[in-house]
Amino acid sequence: MIQEETFDVTVIGAGAAGLAAAAVTAAAGKTTIVIDREDRPGGILRQCIHNGFGLRYFKEELTGPEYAEQAAEKAEKAGANLRLGATVLDMKKEPDGTLLLLVLSPGDGVRKIRSLAVILAMGCRERNRGNLAIPGSRPAGVFTAGAAQKLLNMEGILPGKKAVIVGSGDIGLIMARRLRWSGIKVEAVVEIMPYPAGLTRNIVQCLNDFGIPLYLEHSVVNILGRERVEGVEVAPLKDGIPQTERKFHIDCDTVLFSVGLIPENELSSSVGVALNPSTGGPLVDSGYETGVPGIFAAGNVLHVHDLVDFVSEEAEHAAQMVIRRLNGETAPGGTFPVKVESNLKYVVPNRCRNGQDTRFAFRSLIVTNDAELEAEQNGKIIWKRHYNYIRPAEMIIVDLKAEQLKEEGELTFRLKKGEKI
Amino acid sequence: MKKELICIRCPIGCRLSAEWKGDFEELNISGNRCPRGAEYAKQELRDPRRIVTAVVPCNSVLQPCIPVRTDRELPKHLIDRLLNILYRSRVEIPVRKGDIFIENFENSNANVIFSSTITR
Repeated sequence: MIQEETFDVTVIGAGAAGLAAAAVTAAAGKTTIVIDREDRPGGILRQCIHNGFGLRYFKEELTGPEYAEQAAEKAEKAGANLRLGATVLDMKKEPDGTLLLLVLSPGDGVRKIRSLAVILAMGCRERNRGNLAIPGSRPAGVFTAGAAQKLLNMEGILPGKKAVIVGSGDIGLIMARRLRWSGIKVEAVVEIMPYPAGLTRNIVQCLNDFGIPLYLEHSVVNILGRERVEGVEVAPLKDGIPQTERKFHIDCDTVLFSVGLIPENELSSSVGVALNPSTGGPLVDSGYETGVPGIFAAGNVLHVHDLVDFVSEEAEHAAQMVIRRLNGETAPGGTFPVKVESNLKYVVPNRCRNGQDTRFAFRSLIVTNDAELEAEQNGKIIWKRHYNYIRPAEMIIVDLKAEQLKEEGELTFRLKKGEKI
Repeated sequence: MKKELICIRCPIGCRLSAEWKGDFEELNISGNRCPRGAEYAKQELRDPRRIVTAVVPCNSVLQPCIPVRTDRELPKHLIDRLLNILYRSRVEIPVRKGDIFIENFENSNANVIFSSTITR
């Protein structure tokens, strides 16, 4: 017989989202277990040893490991059980509506964990060379930025001596500085877009501080080397097409990819949770509940965030909604759909309910310093706000009050670009 | 004298323009959207500083190294010297988050502290 345990709430993933959610449900008296495959809580934060986290959520500037430790303390103090070194093998919905997980861990072997609600908090993973289809041989020395970060910061292993970073996302920029501070040369950061994907301040303190060149509108067209990377070929882009006659060679033994993140939803899909193609995360209602009643999602598994503080906040908010659902105060689903058009990539949530405070998160498709975000319902503009600063790298968050969402009817958000550049 | 800077105090990244005479006399900053921008430019021109983070090898059975940070910004010219010392050090556990590893590095008033608790 496989031993079975029962909890009100099971949280999958003990990163920023899972810990914040568990702290809230446990503090409300709901028996809560957090399952994570790593031996220590904190998720990806533990390898992000740089500062810049927590200003919003903990009201002080922290490094990743400090944020992780404080978040874990908060969850444990509230009474959440942490089950570490444990992997969820399978999840299914039982005929009585409960959710049954099959969990494997070295200490307990295989166990069943039954709960009334599951909060998905598995985070995301990195896109890699395979996702980009960069030609060339397959030598050693090609890493995702996060894998190199883990090697350097957790294992204390230098990934190489001379690196080129592909993609200008924040992880790649942070790694450029980290490599330099570890005695590794960084020859270039290569970005296909005409603007950097990461925050301006990371361009300044991670590239400019060290004189690392940033090639915008350039693409790596070849990775050279047999056993080990020996160099890359880089070409400028014109209308998105590499100008191979103008390609040039950069000597290096290491290539890092910082080319975006994908929510990790294999487990969610296996139980029938429908995903949003624009985010890669589950479609949810304003209660953060997925299409499978009782299964909720928050953090990077739902949509990729740029600030961990927003992950923790979102997870707390989702946990509040879980509590309300368990108390029978809300129903799953929503009364009307939420859509985006013009210049917006996505919105979370995808359905909402009138007469309920709701947080909306968006990502822009455009760079602008003059824009108006508006919400239209039943032919009327029910809300709008002007923005002086919009970047695809930065999430837009809008909190609408119950009195602003009085009516039913499809809600459409659009971002209108102003005159200024 | 004239210099263009980008503020790093928050994610907006204001483009600042600084003008001054002689030894930073009549220093005038423009382009900042908030007072922190002017503060940053004044500090950055006279004495640029950064928070430094790194890992130091340790004798834990759980992980080969432990993350450390300076508890305040360190003058930029001291960064390489500090990193050299850190990479040559070895930490004996147990240590707690916030414990001081190196006190008042080179009279900068910055301490190096542990970012993580490791007890075994």
